[in-house]
Amino acid sequence: MSQPSAENCATCPAHHLANLQKLGVDMTGHDYVVALAGNPNTGKSTVFNALTGLRQHTGNWPGKTVTRAEGAFAAGDKRFKIVDLPGTYSLLSSSLDEEVARDFVLFGQPDVTVVVVDATCLERNLNIVLQVLEITNRVVVCLNLMDEARRRGIEVDDRRLARDLGVRVVPAAARYNEGLPELMAAIAEVARGDVSGGPHRIGERSPVLQRAITRLTDGVRQLVPDLPNAAWVALRLIDGDERIQTALRRGELGDLHQPISGDARPPVVAPSQEAVEALIVLASELRWQVGADFHQTLMEAIYTEAARIADRAVTHVGSAKRFDLDRTIDRLVTSRFWGVPLMVLMLTVVFWLTIAGANVPSGMLASVLIDWAHPLLKGAADAVLPWWLSGLLVDGMYLATAWVISVMLPPMAIFFPMFTLLEDFGYLPRVAFNLDRTFHRVGAHGKQALTMAMGWGCNAAGVVAARIIESPRERLIAIITNNFALCNGRWPTQILVATIFVGSAAPAHLAGLVSALAVVSVAVLGVVLTFLTSWALSRTVLRGEVSAFSLELPPYRPPRVLATLYTSLIDRTLYVLWRAVVFALPAGAVIWLVSNIPWGDASLAAAIVNALQPFGGLIGLSGVILLAYVVAIPANEIVVPTILMLTVLVSGAHGFGAGAGVMFELDSTADTAALLRGSGWTLLTAVCLMLFSLVHNPCSTTIYTIWKETRSVKWTTLSALLPVAMGFLLCFVVAQGWRLVAG
Amino acid sequence: MTDPLYSLVALTVAVGLLLALFWPATGLAWRWRRTLAASDRVEVEDALKHIWDGEYRQRPATLESLAGALGLSGRAAVDLVDRLGRLDLLTHDDATLRLTPDGRRDALRVIRIHRLWERYLADETGLDAREWHAHAERREHGTSAQQAEALAATLGHPRYDPHGDPIPMPSGELPPHQGMPLTRLSTDVAGEIVHIEDEPEAVFAQIVALGLVPGMQVRILDRTPHRLRVQAETDEVVLAPVVAANITVVAIDEVTVPTAMTRLSAIEPGQAAEVLSLAASCRGVQRRRLLDLGLVPGTRVTSELRGPSGDPTAYRIRGALIALRREQAAQIYVQREAATS
Repeated sequence: MSQPSAENCATCPAHHLANLQKLGVDMTGHDYVVALAGNPNTGKSTVFNALTGLRQHTGNWPGKTVTRAEGAFAAGDKRFKIVDLPGTYSLLSSSLDEEVARDFVLFGQPDVTVVVVDATCLERNLNIVLQVLEITNRVVVCLNLMDEARRRGIEVDDRRLARDLGVRVVPAAARYNEGLPELMAAIAEVARGDVSGGPHRIGERSPVLQRAITRLTDGVRQLVPDLPNAAWVALRLIDGDERIQTALRRGELGDLHQPISGDARPPVVAPSQEAVEALIVLASELRWQVGADFHQTLMEAIYTEAARIADRAVTHVGSAKRFDLDRTIDRLVTSRFWGVPLMVLMLTVVFWLTIAGANVPSGMLASVLIDWAHPLLKGAADAVLPWWLSGLLVDGMYLATAWVISVMLPPMAIFFPMFTLLEDFGYLPRVAFNLDRTFHRVGAHGKQALTMAMGWGCNAAGVVAARIIESPRERLIAIITNNFALCNGRWPTQILVATIFVGSAAPAHLAGLVSALAVVSVAVLGVVLTFLTSWALSRTVLRGEVSAFSLELPPYRPPRVLATLYTSLIDRTLYVLWRAVVFALPAGAVIWLVSNIPWGDASLAAAIVNALQPFGGLIGLSGVILLAYVVAIPANEIVVPTILMLTVLVSGAHGFGAGAGVMFELDSTADTAALLRGSGWTLLTAVCLMLFSLVHNPCSTTIYTIWKETRSVKWTTLSALLPVAMGFLLCFVVAQGWRLVAG
Repeated sequence: MTDPLYSLVALTVAVGLLLALFWPATGLAWRWRRTLAASDRVEVEDALKHIWDGEYRQRPATLESLAGALGLSGRAAVDLVDRLGRLDLLTHDDATLRLTPDGRRDALRVIRIHRLWERYLADETGLDAREWHAHAERREHGTSAQQAEALAATLGHPRYDPHGDPIPMPSGELPPHQGMPLTRLSTDVAGEIVHIEDEPEAVFAQIVALGLVPGMQVRILDRTPHRLRVQAETDEVVLAPVVAANITVVAIDEVTVPTAMTRLSAIEPGQAAEVLSLAASCRGVQRRRLLDLGLVPGTRVTSELRGPSGDPTAYRIRGALIALRREQAAQIYVQREAATS
């Protein structure tokens, strides 16, 4: 956009402070704001990280479920705030991501918009460049992945491109920090208002459309003088863009050209409502003349222009070999014969590394936080606090949190980075590609394979990962069914119960194998239930949701290990852990309280256990297990310690545990077995517990995440209640059938 | 402890009852709700729509046709017509029912809402074509004028519903009925489908299954009293005359869709093709997504990889490798290029 107050101050920032605040951007301590736009898979986040030096934080767009990253950098004496917009193919607001990106560029009025483009695939990336240029000419094009282009024998003439586009073009290879100083310099120049010419216009359009645009542009100019992108606004009005209509009605467009300080010019009067309505009616009449397939006409014009510009700027040198390596890998990993075995192998390795690698740090954390720090804290607290407060704080809240951290942190810190590395390399989209057929049959998206695998790490992370699915219906299916992926927190329960009860039912030399098989069958049952539920959902409650498939297979890229470790730790591990801790604190308090509040001549917990006992028996479980699942809703990790504690509390067994409300685990499996058998557990209880551990409500962290992701009470309730109802049903049938057969 | 056999039987009965009550669309609870919702207003609005439709198609409505369309007994239909007459919405001489200007205005209002809903369901939801009509029927009566305008604005003030029927303007203007049944199209001109009647349901379902949609160009290849052989873009379909009569076409001078075209789904890995157009049946979000990916006429597409189970297929589109499912690729018309490798 042209400088709003050019005649007064050439170097004043152009951004619109009030709108930026509305968009959730805090500009305190920053001089300029820079938006980063571009297609997905262009290395946009690499550019972002290189510019900000990983000093970023992520957050949600206000009221929307699209995340963004924000960061800052300094050039000269000015401080720049940089906002990473969602990666989109277009800005015509056919999806939420595009709407968010478009609104930011238009209403946030960033001082500079950097469009990151993939030099290896310029023509297609120019689509979004041309669309941004229609809105503003305060643009710097970052021609990224120059290294890859060179490898593939693609030469891009950046000067030619800059001339054709009328903006600065900076070639870069952000991965190797190549071209970044130049990029910063270009950003600083544009921010200072050093912009040449007006916004670039797309030339070739059908005569009918061109006439319509010209006519409407005049109308827009009369309403909002000084609007540099009036033609673009006219185009959006013809397309029936509601957001632009609203902006026109509210006078937001004119408002944008107010100087920041507000004192240099008289305020622009909002255009009269009648004039605005007349213009909107004119736009809808013109739309009728332009014809039904307006969107297609538009995209054709943009791509024709993009092809023309790209043709002039790009030369291929020895293009025959350019995709050879990628093609070979692709043929291998998607082949009929090798595709699936390779996938299984890869997944097995990831899991083996996670389970084997997490054991030691988990044990260390447990011995520090639980065995060592807990008695110490307890002793200190007892000295200064009344017994009940010290119990509530240390035995309840501290212990629950320590437990969650020690069980949850190590596997996630191993699993997520490995997963992210595979993602960065480009392998995961191929997994989605291989499995799409299977998922398609049940009405889901191939990418659900990835969210499911992520769910084996942590369901909350799996739910967040469902963002990669752009199609609303398939995304909801992936979110609702993620709970059937047996998460890290539930594996220990499965393994413990299978070892004690299932393994011991088999001959001694087969015990290990049988119990391992039992656990794996539960995980496989989870996959089966995922498919069944997806199928049922897509045919019933989700039938009416929109569905649009597309899956990009990006080129393979060597993963950047350190950056991946950092972002996966920040984005996934710590994020999930923090939420789990927030929920574990109150849960610890509740666990301690129910065990210590007297009720009649026993505790409240005992009373609830007795009340739940008949129903628990009916579904093959017990009152203790049901209560444990109710109070341990924040994290599946604390279910077993809670069960043990409650068992001791209710049965009055001696020699175990550390008192009412203090969760514990026994070092020896034999002791655990003795305790559980002593309180009436059988093989049936074990089988039902394993089933219920798979099919029950998601933990509260996951439920909260589902709400955050969907912003819908309806879908959150469904995701919480559907599995628990299915679990009751399944356990009931198994228990009653078992009793029927066993007599 | 309860006898396991009894508890299992009890559960089966309970689950069976729940399913009978809440099975989507046909469950008792939904039926009951629909019966409750079927108020006087619904009956009046449906009657107005029926009579207006008869006038528009120049097949005037009668008492019998009204009773048939609304599923009323003869007596109830007479009562309804009396009521409409007292409200000054219609006049009737002998058997023919005619709308008064007030009746026409009300009818157009309801039709506008109905068609807007159909457009919405077609473009913005994943519902199947066979379900649009029934859903729109249910929603039209509860939609206020304001809601209808908001809906129209969201959709970008569409002109036609997905069956090709014009959507009346809020002022009640409507282009005149045009076109002729496909059965009357002569064999030496081509035609473009402008409308597909969505009632009766069985016939409409058959047309949907054949893949015929408004906007498609057709040509009669061969006609006998019992069947019509029709070239519809890349496909050849055979229709019974009773089915073809529900398809309205206008004659067009020249076929703009090239005849040498095929579908992208027919392109084998290693082959390349040039995009000619997107099928008319590809609409809404789907269509916008494909266009944004660069699948505009003239784009060169190479088929590169087929999934291990034969679907989806990855295509090189303007430099990027994009996987599309078979049914999506089938909606993209292309012209084959000579094999490249």
